[in-house]
Amino acid sequence: MSIDDRDFRPVIAAFCCNWCSYAGADLAGSSRMKYPAEVKIIRVPCSCRVNPMFILRTFEKGADGVILCGCHPGDCHYSTGNYYTRRRMASLISLMEFVGLERGRVRVEWVSAAEGAKFAETMNEFVEHIRALGKNTRLEDLRCKN
Amino acid sequence: MQELIERAKALLADGTVSRVLGWRATDTPFGPEPAFFESGEELNEFVYNCFCGANLSKYLIESSALEGKTLAFLKPCDTYSFNQLCKEHRIDRGKTYIIGVGCKGKITVERLHELGIKGILDVEDAGDTLTVKTLYGEKSCPYSDAMLERCHACKGKEHRVADEVIGESADTTDTDRFAKVTELEQMTSKERYAFFQAELSKCIRCNACRNVCPVCNCRKCVFDGNAFDSVQKANATEFEEKMFHIIRAFHVAGRCTDCGECSRVCPQGIPLHLLNRKLIKDMDAFYGEYQAGEDTSTVSPLTAYTEHDIEPEAGKGGNE
Ligand code: SF4
Ligand code: SF4
Ligand code: SF4
Repeated sequence: MSIDDRDFRPVIAAFCCNWCSYAGADLAGSSRMKYPAEVKIIRVPCSCRVNPMFILRTFEKGADGVILCGCHPGDCHYSTGNYYTRRRMASLISLMEFVGLERGRVRVEWVSAAEGAKFAETMNEFVEHIRALGKNTRLEDLRCKN
Repeated sequence: MQELIERAKALLADGTVSRVLGWRATDTPFGPEPAFFESGEELNEFVYNCFCGANLSKYLIESSALEGKTLAFLKPCDTYSFNQLCKEHRIDRGKTYIIGVGCKGKITVERLHELGIKGILDVEDAGDTLTVKTLYGEKSCPYSDAMLERCHACKGKEHRVADEVIGESADTTDTDRFAKVTELEQMTSKERYAFFQAELSKCIRCNACRNVCPVCNCRKCVFDGNAFDSVQKANATEFEEKMFHIIRAFHVAGRCTDCGECSRVCPQGIPLHLLNRKLIKDMDAFYGEYQAGEDTSTVSPLTAYTEHDIEPEAGKGGNE
C-alpha cells in the first residue's frame, strides 16, 4: 500500500430515514459506539424519498461511496415506502454496475432504531470497503473539486 | 401505400376522423417524417415505405387534446407504445382510430452508409433485396442487412391494438435481444467501463433520444430544470455523460417498451437500447417477465412490490 492509499480518506454519504436508521445512528452515538468520521449523514423522511438523482448528484459533488439506510421491509413508518425503495435500488445499483461502476460503491442496508450496533458495524465495514476501492474516478464531476 | 391513402381519405370524408397521422415524403428518399394531414389533398404527400421507422404514438398525446378523432397508422412495435401511453392516461383511446400497418422490417440510411452505399438517389425495395440508385451507379444489398437493430429483435408482428389492420407483415426476428447485454455482463467491470466510456463520450446532448421516446413525456423534464448543470448543452465531463444516460434509462424503467426509437434517432450512433435492455432483463429476472405496452392493465414492476422481493445487493450488474 502506497502512502497515498494510506492517507486516503473517502467521503461517504449515508442517506438515513428519519424513523429507523437515523434513530439507529443516534443510538450508536449515545451508546458511544465508534464509526468513522468520514460518514456524512443526510436525513430523509423515508428511504423511498431517495431519488436516483440524489445518489448520482452525491457522487457528482465528490462522494466516494453512497449508502442508503432505511427501516427493515415491513417496518416502514409509511407502511410501504421501503418496498418501493428495494425494487428501485435493485435496478439502479445493477445499472450503475453495468455501466462500469465498481461493485459496492452504492449500497442499501436496513437498520432499525434499535440497531445502533448494526449501524456502527455497517459503517465501519462500508468505509473499509470504499477505502479499499479507492477514490471514485469512474463517476465524478471534475469541476466540483474546488 | 395507395390502399392506406384511400382508406384515410374515406375516413376523413365520412367524418369518422378529423385528421390523419402518418408519414410525409421529404426531399430525401430516405427521410419520411411524421406529419398530420387534414384533407384528402394533403394526403397525396403521404408515404409508407421501408424508411418509415418513426413511431407515431407519441404525437397522439398532443392530438388527444384536439377536437375530433385522429387516425393513426401504427406498426406492430408502435402499438406497444400506444398501449403504454393509454395506460398512463396520456392518450385518450376514444380520440383515436388506429389502423395497424403491416411491417417487414424498417431500414436505415446509416446502415446503408456502413455497407458502403453512399450518394443515394433512390431506393427500390423488391422483396428480399434492396436496389439503391446512387450517384456512383446502381448498388444492391440484402434487405435484412440494412434493417434497424430493433427489427432484428422484433417483438412480433401482432398489433396489440387496432381498429383495423391493412397490409402484410413478415417475420424479421433473428437475434436474441439480450445477447449483447449478456456479453457485456460477462466482461470485467473495467472493460464495461471502457466500453461505455467510449460510447457515451460521443454524446452531444442533443436530447433527441429523450424527445423521440414515447414514454419520455413529462411536461417538465429533469433535464430542463435550471437547477441542473447540464441543461441543454454538451456534456462537460464524463460524469454528466453517465448521469444523463443513467437517469434517462432509469426514468423509463418498467415503462420502456423497447421500441428502439432512442437508438434509431441518436445522431452519434450510441447503442442506448443496451441500457434499456439491461433494466428490462433485470426486472424480468427479479420480478418475472413483463412486457410494457403488451396491454393497458398490467402494473409495471417498479410501481409494485411483494413482501419478499430480492434485496438490492451488489453483483447483479455483471462480473467484477
Ligand atoms: S421492430 Fe418489428 S414491427 Fe417495429 S419496425 Fe421493426 S420489424 Fe417492424
Ligand atoms: S440522441 Fe444520442 S447524442 Fe443525442 S442526447 Fe441522446 S445519446 Fe446523446
Ligand atoms: S427508451 Fe428507447 S426503446 Fe424505450 S420506449 Fe423510449 S425510445 Fe423506445
